[in-house]
Amino acid sequence: MITKSSVHIKKEWDIVGARQMGRELAKDLGFGTVDQARITTAISELARNIYLYAGSGQIMFEIVEDLNKKGLKIIAVDKGPGIQDVSKVMEDGFSTSGGLGAGLPGVKRLMDYFDIDSAPDKGTVITTIKWVR
Amino acid sequence: MRIPILKLHHYLLVSIQIELDDQTAINFQEDLLDKIHKSGATGVVIDLTSVDMIDSFIAKVLGDVVSMSDLMGAKVVLTGIQPAVAVTLIDLGIHLQNVPTALDLEQGLIKLRQELEE
Repeated sequence: MITKSSVHIKKEWDIVGARQMGRELAKDLGFGTVDQARITTAISELARNIYLYAGSGQIMFEIVEDLNKKGLKIIAVDKGPGIQDVSKVMEDGFSTSGGLGAGLPGVKRLMDYFDIDSAPDKGTVITTIKWVR
Repeated sequence: MRIPILKLHHYLLVSIQIELDDQTAINFQEDLLDKIHKSGATGVVIDLTSVDMIDSFIAKVLGDVVSMSDLMGAKVVLTGIQPAVAVTLIDLGIHLQNVPTALDLEQGLIKLRQELEE
């Protein structure tokens, strides 16, 4: 069973829409309150990156099953400028926007699986999964 | 959307009860500094009991408003940070180390009174 849904990120308010949808899905899947907060926060960081750096994109949700575990897969896709140096943005404290620089390394710590695919002018795809414990 | 800021004697009280988007957080920052300036408040409690998510942006806005208020001469205490929010902030690598906190509104007011030695 694969359930898919998605939220378009175009306006700042869509960040809130994406994390509300993520929280609902996480709640339905049986995640505890701490993991719900982790998932919601990760979505917020991913959606804000899309809004700030790419202008527009999409947050997609998929319920995934693997043997006897269930999880929520979150994919952030944009066709923005891409990331010049992926290893640099994964460093704690690195920020080009004057933020805390906690974004992507933070998302990696919040989730169980994290993969980033990005190249200059080709956009960015970030795939993350959190498994229900 | 505006977050209400209440005045109680020399203190300002804020309870954030809505889903915080970036613009609301920034407006709140400005409104609070303005209210401190106009009221001459010496202490502020920002209660986060109803906040179920703090991401890096909102954390930065909150941390900044504490430093900004401090520059103006008002002490800010953050109260009621939920367990799930505390776990998430540390996962994110955000420690808010120079930010005074207390368990709830009541403890926050006690902390303010101690800090301001009234």
